[in-house]
Amino acid sequence: MAIIEINNIEKTYNPSKVPVHALRGVDLQIKKGEFTAIVGPSGSGKTTLLNIIGGLDSPTTGQIIINGQDISKLSDNNMIDFRKENIGFVFQAYNLIPVLTALENVEFIMVLQKKDKKARQERAKELLTAVGLADKLDKRPSELSGGQQQRVAVARALASKPAFILADEPTANLDSTSTAGLLDMMAKMNEEEGMTFVFSTHDQRVIDRARRVVTLVDGKIESDIYNG
Amino acid sequence: MLFTLAIRNIFRNKRRTLITIAAVAFAVFLASFMRSFQKGAWDNVIGTSVNSFYGYAQVHKQGYWEDKSLDNSMELTDMLKSIPTNTENIEDYAPRIESFALASMGNKTHGVIVVGIDPDKENTLTKLEEKITNGEYLQNGDFGALIAEGVSKKLGLALGDSLILISQGFRAANAAGKYPIRGIVKYGLPDLNKRMVFLNLPAAQDLYAAPNRVTGLAMKIEHQDLVPGILKDLKSKLPEADYEVMGYNEMLPELMQARQLDEGGSAIILGILYALITFAIFGTILMMTKERSYEFGVLTTIGLRRLQLFSIVWLETILVSFIGAIVGIILATPLVYYLHVNPLDMTAMGEEAVATYEKFGMEPVIPAAFEASVFIKQAFIIFIVTCILGLYPLWKIMKLHPVEAMRDV
Ligand SMILES: Nc1ncnc2c1ncn2[C@@H]1O[C@H](COP(=O)(O)OP(=O)(O)OP(=O)(O)O)[C@@H](O)[C@H]1O
Ligand SMILES: [Mg+2]
Repeated sequence: MAIIEINNIEKTYNPSKVPVHALRGVDLQIKKGEFTAIVGPSGSGKTTLLNIIGGLDSPTTGQIIINGQDISKLSDNNMIDFRKENIGFVFQAYNLIPVLTALENVEFIMVLQKKDKKARQERAKELLTAVGLADKLDKRPSELSGGQQQRVAVARALASKPAFILADEPTANLDSTSTAGLLDMMAKMNEEEGMTFVFSTHDQRVIDRARRVVTLVDGKIESDIYNG
Repeated sequence: MLFTLAIRNIFRNKRRTLITIAAVAFAVFLASFMRSFQKGAWDNVIGTSVNSFYGYAQVHKQGYWEDKSLDNSMELTDMLKSIPTNTENIEDYAPRIESFALASMGNKTHGVIVVGIDPDKENTLTKLEEKITNGEYLQNGDFGALIAEGVSKKLGLALGDSLILISQGFRAANAAGKYPIRGIVKYGLPDLNKRMVFLNLPAAQDLYAAPNRVTGLAMKIEHQDLVPGILKDLKSKLPEADYEVMGYNEMLPELMQARQLDEGGSAIILGILYALITFAIFGTILMMTKERSYEFGVLTTIGLRRLQLFSIVWLETILVSFIGAIVGIILATPLVYYLHVNPLDMTAMGEEAVATYEKFGMEPVIPAAFEASVFIKQAFIIFIVTCILGLYPLWKIMKLHPVEAMRDV
């Protein structure tokens, strides 16, 4: 069953002034456990698509169903709660709360989910260990490298036990070693825990690691290839 | 963890936090200082009037204050006598019978105010004995007189001379009497110094043909803050048809008006001060909101509701302004206390200032009032102002769009 189902999405920015047709009729289904890259030239609509899937932006027309729920019908607070319970987010950079340690950053989302202290600390430690940061629990984001910060962000995204993780160019600010490390880590979470990842990228080395590659051109899906 | 987050954020931009704390502390400091001084000065002025004659509250026959005649005197009944025992915070009272008379010596005459007093009770209230410059204080039962310095000068009277008083008594009875002078008292207030003559209460009642009658009872009360409660209490006990109960503020209306005017003036100055502080604090809040909009975007994206986010940010503002208010109080306390114990010496302001003070029978000093309520009120005002300013991020957060907030990195 598809956990993400998009039907004929269009997105037009500035419809009244100079309209920009960022998405022109996109249909896409993503199933549990997929490891999907959204690729395409700059301005092709990757970020727009991910924002719409994440409920951060609404489509001009079309339908978006996540876990069987049509999210366009949710109120602001319900949308925020829905994101908290169902979607993990990893951004390009500055994902973390600067005044919290790595451990606290991962714990934070579980605080919002009202998990009890012991359980969330255990899980946060587990996840940070899994992303290779067992020795950085008490470091603040400013004391971590870009790659380490992105790993903490992935750990945080996993912490809430979401249905899937959205990552918009998670490696854009990383050097090639860190990129490879992060990708290894994401692939491991995908294989071992069955976590679904949807990420956008420009980077050919990242594209090569994806098992499904959706290519956007000018707001339309040009190709959708499974790499097996 | 939301609380931890707020605390950490306070320490995050130390400079901004310090600016806000300093602004709030400065305002609280200055405002409490100003208000304490002003309150001290006015309490002093009013205290002088109250202690030299009026007392903080008086009881008269209904209508006496409007028409101060002996016909508006009242009988000193057992009920009136029992006021100090029956009323909380009234230690005692000084009974008085007061009226005008013509004093004469040889061919000179001078209008005076003759007050019949209970020497002991009067002394505990107004410390009349301390005002004696020559001779002795009245003894109980003595039929002699105390006269103010101005009266003695006007009529050329000295100790031991006889003072002749002519007046109209209760219900138009004739009134005349002759009283040996036992002592001279000096008043700072010129009006009193020119006119006052004191007799023993029975002697005056005799003169005015008004046995067992008084024109007023001045109540001995420890502190002015007790007055409103006492007035209420007395009014409930004494039937309004027969008695009027008056506080010092009703008896000294001009002084109260002058005080209000003065306080109004300083309220305007404080208003300007608050406005400046408001701008300073609002500036820091504005900067903070702008700098953190990316972070706000991340937080709402991952699942923090807008009102939760706002409560963190608001808590930060409230904590910082609370600390500022406390710091302001801590800074102002020793200074105000010092000026309370060591009043500002006006002799430094030149002879004219000293003369003015002496004219009103006051020492040429301004003591600061040292009262918690003054500090707390100023701190509270500024605290509330900051809490309201702290609502600005609410507006920003409510209309925040995570994608836009996170676009400009
Ligand atoms: N808020 C907006 N207002 C107007 N136009 C926008 C807005 N956001 C994006 N666009 C436009 O929509 C189109 C798609 O943008 P989008 O950011 O989705 O592309 P992208 O594939 O993520 O590009 P990149 O690889 O550079 O990140 C672009 O033409 C862009 O200029
Ligand atoms: Mg993009």
